[in-house]
Amino acid sequence: MVTREEHVRAIRDELEEGGGDASGRPEEVIRLEDVSLTFERPVLEGVSLYANRGETLLVVGESGTGKSTILKLILRQLLPDEGHIYVFGREITDLSFDEALDMRRRIGMVFQHAALFDSMSVFENVAYPLRENTDFDEHRIVETVRERLAFVDLDPDQVMRQLPSELSGGMRKRVGIARAIATDPELVLYDEPTSGLDPLTVGTINTLIRKLQRELGVTSILVSHDIRAGFRVASRVNLLRDGKIAFRGTPEEMVAADESYINEFLS
Amino acid sequence: MRQVDGWLVGTARGVQRYAVLGGRALRFTFARPFYARDTVIQMDKIGFGSLPIVTLTGLFTGMVLALQSSVELSRFGADVFIGNLVGASMIRELGPVLASLMVASRAGSGIAAEIGSMRVTEQIDALRSFGTDPIKKLVTPRILAALIVMPMLAVVCDAVGIFGGMLVAVFSLGVPADAYLRGVWSTLAESGFVLFVIPLDFVGGLLKPFVFGGIIALTGCYYGLATTGGTEGVGRSTTQAVVTASVLILAVDYFLTQALLAVLPPVG
Repeated sequence: MVTREEHVRAIRDELEEGGGDASGRPEEVIRLEDVSLTFERPVLEGVSLYANRGETLLVVGESGTGKSTILKLILRQLLPDEGHIYVFGREITDLSFDEALDMRRRIGMVFQHAALFDSMSVFENVAYPLRENTDFDEHRIVETVRERLAFVDLDPDQVMRQLPSELSGGMRKRVGIARAIATDPELVLYDEPTSGLDPLTVGTINTLIRKLQRELGVTSILVSHDIRAGFRVASRVNLLRDGKIAFRGTPEEMVAADESYINEFLS
Repeated sequence: MRQVDGWLVGTARGVQRYAVLGGRALRFTFARPFYARDTVIQMDKIGFGSLPIVTLTGLFTGMVLALQSSVELSRFGADVFIGNLVGASMIRELGPVLASLMVASRAGSGIAAEIGSMRVTEQIDALRSFGTDPIKKLVTPRILAALIVMPMLAVVCDAVGIFGGMLVAVFSLGVPADAYLRGVWSTLAESGFVLFVIPLDFVGGLLKPFVFGGIIALTGCYYGLATTGGTEGVGRSTTQAVVTASVLILAVDYFLTQALLAVLPPVG
């Protein structure tokens, strides 16, 4: 029988392997330590994970296993019942409301259904975080919006004036990514970025996620149940099962794992 | 018993959340960043957008009031006092209350539906993720806008109602227009004046829609932000917002009238 202290120590040791310090190991951007959360039923139980700067971490699992809850915890839209959450090296559970808003400004979020503001044009959507969080003048805002739209392979002249309702699903997702990276965030969170898209558009979104990591060095946490798409972009995988981490490792290690649940999930 | 207990606790929590939301929204009025553009857009939506319905409501209310009261007044040969009756009724009660009920059903439902659909499509979460406080961005501008435009709409409703009453008085009942308008003014003058020139009734007639405006916007925002359950939930929130705002307007009207009578008692 493993005691709670031994369990926590084991997690810490494991997390240390991926932790960053002055010795040259990669810098840790996210760390969840033994996090538990219960609503009407337990959603997360003793979940621990980390993400290093510049890497793409995939969190997979069936629907309702608490994947999106992890993103809400990182954004501090929810607080855990137990455990610790560190973002950019700082424990966020004790942040004040205003400190949490400041922390969120360093994070970009891509929502499952893009969550573009219906009443605003594509330009205004992408410009929104710039207007809120920078003191850019109008000329620089226009320039940055055009740049970000071009980065996600959209023609600024064509889409800037359009309303979200006039865009296809794939275009909405790309505008959502452009908006998420508008202020050059250090961390981008993706909530099911490829759900409901055709295979070609899934490929485009994956290419964009890789491009963001490669060209801008962005740390990404990707939550998805689409494991095939996720494997194409992720450097490490965490598999959630009933609110607990059932597997952590590289995509290759996951494929090679000899566990019936993993094999079932992969198939 | 347990159900009653649960209902009471739920209602108390709801009232507490409603009050906290209102308090935070008003506190943000004085905190940066100021969403002045959003406030102006909401003033246009709530104020200018409600103008046709408020005008029609005022017009027909004034007309029917003149018509109904003429039946009783003509029995005593007092048709000439129609202006007094229509003026007092419109400015003291009907203008502010009916305009507010109309705005509650039109703009209050719109606010609940808009914020509710933003909630279920994660747009509120998106605002938070950009470091924006949704209360500051969505609730404060709507409350400020409603506080500013509602008294204006009530004045329009009063004026159009008095005009509607005059149409009926002049063309159906043969009351001279100047006698009708003198009646309106004399009623206002009888109530006394604030700062020597502003009729007391008019002050009450402006204060009420100011409060009702706050109720309409706050109730719409409250139900919008509390929306759950997809598009069905949006519909439910919209209905709840209109019903609650309407009942609150009528209930608060009674207490406001009592308070006004105590603080600013009519002269003579």
